[in-house]
Amino acid sequence: MNKFDDRFADIGEFVPQPDDDLLVCRCEEITKGQIRHAIHDGMFTITELRRFTRCGMGLCQGQTCTKLIKGILARELGVSPDDIETATARGPMRPIEMETLSHEKNGGSCNE
Amino acid sequence: MKRYDVIVVGAGPAGLSAAIETARRGLKTIVFDENARPGGQLIKQIHKFFGSKEHMAKERGFHIGEDLLKEAEAAGVEVCLNSIVAGLYLDKEVVVKQGDAVYHYKGDSIILATGASENMVMFDGWTLPGVIGAGAAQTMMNLHGVRPGSKVLMLGSGNVGLVVSYQLLQAGCEVVAIVDAAPRVGGYGVHASKLARTGIPFYLSHTILKAEGTNCVNGVTIAELDGNFQFIPGTEKHFDCDTICIAVGLSPMSKLAKMSGCAMEENGRKGGTVPVISETGETSIPGIFAAGDVSGIEEASSAMIEGRIAGISAAEYLGYTGEEETERDIKVQEASLDSLRQGMFAPKNRGKKIETTDEGCPISTHLLRNGYLNDEEVWNYPGITHAASIHPVIECTQNIPCNPCQDACKKGCIKIGTDMTALPQVDPDAGCINCGMCVANCPGQAIFLVDEHYSEDSATVTLPYEFLPLPKKGDAGVALSRGGSPVCDAEVVAVRKVPAFDQTALVTIKVPKDFAGTARFFKAGEENVG
Repeated sequence: MNKFDDRFADIGEFVPQPDDDLLVCRCEEITKGQIRHAIHDGMFTITELRRFTRCGMGLCQGQTCTKLIKGILARELGVSPDDIETATARGPMRPIEMETLSHEKNGGSCNE
Repeated sequence: MKRYDVIVVGAGPAGLSAAIETARRGLKTIVFDENARPGGQLIKQIHKFFGSKEHMAKERGFHIGEDLLKEAEAAGVEVCLNSIVAGLYLDKEVVVKQGDAVYHYKGDSIILATGASENMVMFDGWTLPGVIGAGAAQTMMNLHGVRPGSKVLMLGSGNVGLVVSYQLLQAGCEVVAIVDAAPRVGGYGVHASKLARTGIPFYLSHTILKAEGTNCVNGVTIAELDGNFQFIPGTEKHFDCDTICIAVGLSPMSKLAKMSGCAMEENGRKGGTVPVISETGETSIPGIFAAGDVSGIEEASSAMIEGRIAGISAAEYLGYTGEEETERDIKVQEASLDSLRQGMFAPKNRGKKIETTDEGCPISTHLLRNGYLNDEEVWNYPGITHAASIHPVIECTQNIPCNPCQDACKKGCIKIGTDMTALPQVDPDAGCINCGMCVANCPGQAIFLVDEHYSEDSATVTLPYEFLPLPKKGDAGVALSRGGSPVCDAEVVAVRKVPAFDQTALVTIKVPKDFAGTARFFKAGEENVG
């Protein structure tokens, strides 16, 4: 769980920054400004940010941007990145086609 | 469902080492790796490793990987490649994608050795084609034989940034600059120095302001940072380049641990989200272990030992070995791990500013700022001496866990002692025979053989050389200083390449006597010496 869990924290007004149009999540094309707006709308966890903006939900599953998003969130909240829990982990760990998932086999071997 | 005693996820240095230990103790062991080739990052490490003999120091990384794989096969480990572990579920059930199907496996014990992924930084233009991770550049060059670009700027002066910059040079790229936001070079000084002497400039306290280009990178602007990491206006510098390499650290790939329910911690010092583990690598779930970068970013040599410890512990967990035997085996590994985790760059010293070596020598701020020692301060260190005849000059000035030079010299010219982080000392009267083994064996390429009195008015300097084309005897050119600027004319008087040097060539150049202490690299062809 987030060490930071104050739902009523006052993080101040949204102040535009010159690099708000930088892409953070390349897969879902989410900008720094969109993420910062979402934080000021009350999304104080990575999970909420993911569900609200879809950042980190694309093909790479946040492999590149999760750390960047964590940094942005920590700065907006004024806490250390270590106070913020990373995204929930779920299978599949890597993108796998639905067709492949439908070929479910019991007990295989790499040589079969 | 197919059952195994141990399922290892990841066939890198930690995973293979763990599997070797479990299989040797009679456990039915399988290793899954998503890549087409085993060895993890080891297979693209073409440089010689640090450490001591027991850590396979002075061996090139990919050879260590090949040896590990052989060891694993001999121990009876089943290694499955192109196998993506898609999930780790309750009761240690593992789902693996192989070919066009998913298979279910059950392990009585699981060892997670999934490694790490590269960090990124955002700047204007960071999504342009041509901005790549340093690891990606390494994969392109050393696995696929593809040059990532022709002119490259490296962001990050840690060991990854430095090692990859050197490999880019070896691949024939031009490295236009090494840039780091930190005020000091993050990696080993010796790695920085072997780049600086080729003429690559270091920009510390600088970072990228903008990657230029519309469809791909065609230039970059960097600028200096103040003490609060804010850009200082007016300090912008532009470089033409087609590639920007990012080497700003790694993050543990710990999602499998998290999804399986292991207690996790957010720990910036370990690189991010990691499973909480015991000294033997066990997570909060009995029977699930983690080893290597997934449990905290370090390097391959310590990952191999962590893997071995996890494997030994897993064997005990499943009742294959007794407590006493386990304790004894782990103790050996822990001692080896402890010896690697010493010195200035040890995990416990991360972020600390160290001003003197254990010997009391001042740490060169010139080295930390510019990537090389200045010509006066080299005399502060015990590896650098004068002598009447040929002798090694060891420009090794930081306490790092490494001692192959001591073993390389059969004449006793070089002494480190039992503490492998100590600076090497040169005994100028021990009778150097010019065999060159120290020069070739030093993973930091920091040893030179210097004959200050080669003739009436000339001296020779023998230097390690790992570039192609190799200079030939009789070639004329210029000698470059530690900082890479031409200092004098030089002539190649010998080029040695023997199997014992393991692909490192030794080039001996003749220079005017006065430059014996400053000529440290050779560049063929004519150039103005100034």
